[in-house]
Amino acid sequence: MSAAPAYSEDKGGSAGPGEPEYGHDPASGGIFSSDYKRHDDLKEMLDTNKDSLKLEAMKRIVAMIARGKNASDLFPAVVKNVACKNIEVKKLVYVYLVRYAEEQQDLALLSISTFQRGLKDPNQLIRASALRVLSSIRVPIIVPIMMLAIKEAASDMSPYVRKTAAHAIPKLYSLDSDQKDQLIEVIEKLLADKTTLVAGSVVMAFEEVCPERIDLIHKNYRKLCNLLIDVEEWGQVVIISMLTRYARTQFLSPTQNESLLEENAEKAFYGSEEDEAKGAGSEETAAAAPARKPYIMDPDHRLLLRNTKPLLQSRSAAVVMAVAQLYFHLAPKAEVGVIAKALVRLLRSHSEVQYVVLQNVATMSIKRRGMFEPYLKSFYIRSTDPTQIKILKLEVLTNLANETNIPTVLREFQTYIRSMDKDFVAATIQAIGRCATNIGRVRDTCLNGLVQLLSNRDELVVAESVVVIKKLLQMQPAQHGEIIKHLAKLTDNIQVPMARASILWLIGEYCEHVPRIAPDVLRKMAKSFTAEEDIVKLQVINLAAKLYLTNSKQTKLLTQYVLSLAKYDQNYDIRDRARFTRQLIVPSEQGGALSRHAKKLFLAPKPAPVLESSFKDRDHFQLGSLSHLLNAKATGYQELPDWPEEAPDPSVRNVEEEDLSLIETHVGLLGEYTEVPEWTKCSNREKRKEKEKPFYSDSEGESGPTESADSDPESESESDSKSSSESGSGESSSESDNEDQDEDEEKGRGSESEQSEEDGKRKTKKKVPEGKGEASSSDEDSDSSSSTSESEMTSESEEEQLEPASWRRKTPPSSKRAPATKEISLLDLEDFTPPSVQPVSPPAIVSTSLAADLEGLTLTDSTLVPSLLSPVSRVGRQELLHRVAGEGLVVDYTFSRQPFSGDPHMVSVHIHFSNSSDTPIKGLHVGTPKLPAGISIQEFPEIESLAPGESATAVMGINFCDSTQAANFQLCTQTRQFYVSIQPPVGELMAPVFMSENEFKKEQGKLMGMNEITEKLMLPDTCRSDHVVVQKVTATANLGRVPCGTSDEYRFAGRTLTSGSLVLLTLDARQAGAAQLTVNSEKMVIGTMLVKDVIQALTQ
Amino acid sequence: MKMIHSLFLINCSGDIFLEKHWKSVVSQSVCDYFFEAQEKAADVENVPPVISTPHHYLISIYRDKLFFVSVIQTEVPPLFVIEFLHRVADTFQDYFGECSEAAIKDNVVIVYELLEEMLDNGFPLATESNILKELIKPPTILRSVVNSITGSSNVGDTLPTGQLSNIPWRRAGVKYTNNEAYFDVVEEIDAIIDKSGSTVFAEIQGVIDACIKLSGMPDLSLSFMNPRLLDDVSFHPCIRFKRWESERILSFIPPDGNFRLISYRVSSQNLVAIPVYVKHSISFKENSSCGRFDITIGPKQNMGKTIEGITVTVHMPKVVLNMNLTTTQGSYTFDPVTKVLTWDVGKITPQKLPSLKGLVNLQSGAPKPEENPSLNIQFKIQQLAISGLKVNRLDMYGEKYKPFKGVKYVTKAGKFQVRT
Repeated sequence: MSAAPAYSEDKGGSAGPGEPEYGHDPASGGIFSSDYKRHDDLKEMLDTNKDSLKLEAMKRIVAMIARGKNASDLFPAVVKNVACKNIEVKKLVYVYLVRYAEEQQDLALLSISTFQRGLKDPNQLIRASALRVLSSIRVPIIVPIMMLAIKEAASDMSPYVRKTAAHAIPKLYSLDSDQKDQLIEVIEKLLADKTTLVAGSVVMAFEEVCPERIDLIHKNYRKLCNLLIDVEEWGQVVIISMLTRYARTQFLSPTQNESLLEENAEKAFYGSEEDEAKGAGSEETAAAAPARKPYIMDPDHRLLLRNTKPLLQSRSAAVVMAVAQLYFHLAPKAEVGVIAKALVRLLRSHSEVQYVVLQNVATMSIKRRGMFEPYLKSFYIRSTDPTQIKILKLEVLTNLANETNIPTVLREFQTYIRSMDKDFVAATIQAIGRCATNIGRVRDTCLNGLVQLLSNRDELVVAESVVVIKKLLQMQPAQHGEIIKHLAKLTDNIQVPMARASILWLIGEYCEHVPRIAPDVLRKMAKSFTAEEDIVKLQVINLAAKLYLTNSKQTKLLTQYVLSLAKYDQNYDIRDRARFTRQLIVPSEQGGALSRHAKKLFLAPKPAPVLESSFKDRDHFQLGSLSHLLNAKATGYQELPDWPEEAPDPSVRNVEEEDLSLIETHVGLLGEYTEVPEWTKCSNREKRKEKEKPFYSDSEGESGPTESADSDPESESESDSKSSSESGSGESSSESDNEDQDEDEEKGRGSESEQSEEDGKRKTKKKVPEGKGEASSSDEDSDSSSSTSESEMTSESEEEQLEPASWRRKTPPSSKRAPATKEISLLDLEDFTPPSVQPVSPPAIVSTSLAADLEGLTLTDSTLVPSLLSPVSRVGRQELLHRVAGEGLVVDYTFSRQPFSGDPHMVSVHIHFSNSSDTPIKGLHVGTPKLPAGISIQEFPEIESLAPGESATAVMGINFCDSTQAANFQLCTQTRQFYVSIQPPVGELMAPVFMSENEFKKEQGKLMGMNEITEKLMLPDTCRSDHVVVQKVTATANLGRVPCGTSDEYRFAGRTLTSGSLVLLTLDARQAGAAQLTVNSEKMVIGTMLVKDVIQALTQ
Repeated sequence: MKMIHSLFLINCSGDIFLEKHWKSVVSQSVCDYFFEAQEKAADVENVPPVISTPHHYLISIYRDKLFFVSVIQTEVPPLFVIEFLHRVADTFQDYFGECSEAAIKDNVVIVYELLEEMLDNGFPLATESNILKELIKPPTILRSVVNSITGSSNVGDTLPTGQLSNIPWRRAGVKYTNNEAYFDVVEEIDAIIDKSGSTVFAEIQGVIDACIKLSGMPDLSLSFMNPRLLDDVSFHPCIRFKRWESERILSFIPPDGNFRLISYRVSSQNLVAIPVYVKHSISFKENSSCGRFDITIGPKQNMGKTIEGITVTVHMPKVVLNMNLTTTQGSYTFDPVTKVLTWDVGKITPQKLPSLKGLVNLQSGAPKPEENPSLNIQFKIQQLAISGLKVNRLDMYGEKYKPFKGVKYVTKAGKFQVRT
């Protein structure tokens, strides 16, 4: 070991002599000069117990790494400090470890136990960072440990830790691709995650590990679309790119439906089976008119386009480009135009961004020229642009040129030709040539312009012009004898080989137009033949041959002279050509057969060349990709699939309960494996099957599928509250739940007494139905989830049926506890059994967090009983703390719907306390709330004492920040603390607004489009009188009625409390029974949830 | 998407002075391909941002005389990487006040810590400056002195919460004694003026930069007198898009500190007022080694405001050896190596228009330059947004204190070029 330092420092190579890297440190100074001694010094510093010395040493080591020097010999000294308390030292040690662990695998294992401890830390950020480092250590032997850690982290309460887990997946995959199957399981689970934080990272992992498993996306498609706008920028890019591919496999081409229409009846037959969810009555159309099936965009396809569009306004060029390529590849022709403006905006950005964007614009402008035409001037070139940008702009300008704008474009080109940048001038000349070929009207103008350039002083310009002129002349040679003569004269001056060759070729080709000059040119060329470049020599031979055939009298000798010169040329190509030509043109005894056709061979009319953009057909690469930029397939490029001929079954994206049970069987979202109780599996399923169809055809409307995505069963299972399944918990609510649990977890950690409390709560939970019977007057709804529900099921809505699923949480605690007790020592490799392959393997869970989790369950369960939503029980109380859990303290709450006096943005909540114990409860107050961002609480004044049997009421205000996230806080007495949470139904987040019908209509007019949600429903018989409808709506949502002229329309208006956004609700019940519900609100989530709640209230 | 594998920082003389690997180590020799391309391009601006090598792809940006060269192994949207690299450079700028080799070398440990937080396994992790600053405190003179004495560190000892909240761009627990919110409306005129003085192309590019020092969680809404002017807008992620769509109000919970709220474009369809005109006469005589140079600059539609900070930059043709000029105002310099003439004019007073005239010495024997050089003009007009955009009001919700609010308008020349 002692010799190692010197050796490895040598290896470090690039270390220049006299590098001053240690110079600033007084301790190392100039006393020791040799390298290994300096390292000894560092080792000493690392071995001290002074943090400041350690830090100094680590800083110097990191500086060495940064310069690419080898510091691997310090590994043993550094790794010891992995458990250092000083957070900066620790961080730098991590940096070091990640860099060198691969080289020093045995020693690296020493550090593993620290990370394992970190993985169990109560602080989510420490858990996350431990996982990050652990997964970055590229040591194959720890693969099983990593796998276990990832699995565990994927079920962590904290979305941040789950995000880290998603990041770790590709790391493990690159270390050991055999783990793919297990990793896919984790990906599948994380894909179901509802938080924006996780979404981007898990899709990244998906793209890297299993991009071919498109089936994993189906169930999450709508959720991803809806989350997209809130995901961070980097995640957005990855998700959009993945969804582009997804859409190409799942939807029909919006532009090429014509070709599909020709498909025969056989296709239509398939369609009829699979499209049942998509088009109501498609069966009939298919049968009646097999040939004509009008293209209807799949609502999910529309959803994607709609939800990505706002991202064109992102500040990130990468996001804008991602959306642009999505529109280019997926949108109907008429809609692609929207991306042009955004792309043009990017041209103001950094030159690298310009470069990439222009490449893509160049490709797009060939296919969709019209799109960029209005922005023609934005592509004008400035003399200060870098050449590579100039040339790309030129390309775009050329692509955009058409009959109408060509005069302006040419005027621009004229300016460019005088530029000092000669490469650019050459490109401009080429561009002029392309304009001339594409637009016949200006061909002569261009040609004249180019001929003028022939007198340019710069030879490059002239040469380039000649080449372009040659191509243009080929199109209509007859009229241009003069130009050819002019060119012929140039042979005296012009030296650029390509240009000379071009002129010679032209003269030879059109020698009949210049019969007098051509032989003279040949004479001159014969004279200088030996001094010419190869390419010119070949053309001289060519010219000679052609002249020999047309004008052999004058040129016979010259030709023979040239051919003899060529015969002894150094270049074998030229020798070959000479021999070949001689055989063809000079008649001889044997070779007569070919020479008879010599004229045909040499003087055949040749097709004019097509001047094409180099960007043509580049769009077979996905735009915005590296492969497109390089015009070559990059490693790992995912081919953009062609549209399918027939759309795959769109119903796969519908999210149903059956899948829920499936996923649940794998691993519960919270990590515990829960056995599905028998009773949830029973008869429900059969009945559901009958229900499915009407449900989906009901959601035919624009927003229908979106909503069903919102009511993704996962969210139910996660939020654990049967009422939230009824109120259609959107992402926001489930997200908040994650955080809740996370916080709960931290609070609950490690407190023994609390666990016993938990047990108490769990018991309570089973008694909930009875408890509720006391508390609320209408308990039918809540009871429906118990075993008696079967009989009622059929009459209830889809959402209602999801209840049993969430109730499965009520499994006996022992089944959950069991795995939790199993502490796995990750370092002890011998004891370690790799995780079993079965998906059902129960991952270990820290027992305390489990307890906290369960506590959360109990609380949310009881806070939101479904009866809340029924108008009768609205005034009834919700339970906040049950008698048993509260050790005699019973707490209920109601939404009073009175404005909260302190702050108009707060929802006022009345809290009712009663003491059913036999001792007085003292000092009731709200403890430190841990609230999700934006939510704030106005506490109620402390209740000093509550005697046994006594009750009290307090008012508190909660600003829910216009979301249905639960507010969690502690209720404290002098002796105890209880964790409680209040989750508002969406209808309570608003306050009525009184306005006239006209005002209503005016406001509604402003909230169209994306802000409008419309849903059809059938009003049951019991719900057809004005009174009932109004009562039901106002009971569900705190809205004010707006007077209305027509009798069958009902209008309600309100404003959300926090942001004051208008919420307008219209119920149109013109036909008997059938009604249409419209909600206009810029808070789309609130609107969506409200629609759901109101429909439920009305249809029950 | 393997994203970024390694990053090399290279200075203008071709030294690799920092390297960072997020996966296994890639040898420095991969940069040879970059140097090759750099040599071929001659000019730094013409180095292709994407270079393909046998085993890797190199995606690079050029910022502040430094090359940020990233090594990529598989398909990835190039803009993704470019955007990220610029974000890295922005972060350095933000932390060290400048993004230079010296600053990076002086703070190499912080740089390393930053890079470590910004990318995880090559995929961006924390890129918001507010969050990074909670994780790693920027160096200040005071802090570095204190640190060297006490041995404490730059790394935050409390872990950030911002990453975990719904508003990842704002850190929690912000407190100021003076609560202030300032907005700078900066508009730049991009224009190409042709020889005869008529406008070939003109548009206005604007940004609103904010400097927000407000305690707690303020929720701001900013409204304009004439929001319809804004043709194309891009937003900071904090802005609620829906609210803009429906009401044309910018509603947002701001990040703490300085940030760009929006950038916008006022379309070229609207007529753009051009505040200055230039009279020019530049000629080179055939077969003589001199030419004449004469430019005069004057105010045009300046809305009654003073035009100041005028600078004219001209890239003279290669054959120009020297220039003998006299100016009525300001000062000029001519660099015979780069052939760049810079005339620092200052303020325009309409009574006496500034002019610059004199002789140009050409290389004898060389053909006269064909093209007259174009003039790049810089200017500044305070208290004016040339598009006419006006902020109507700024309201704050969610906090009780009364903030001090201010809006400043400035119009500048962007890419303003006069062809001669």
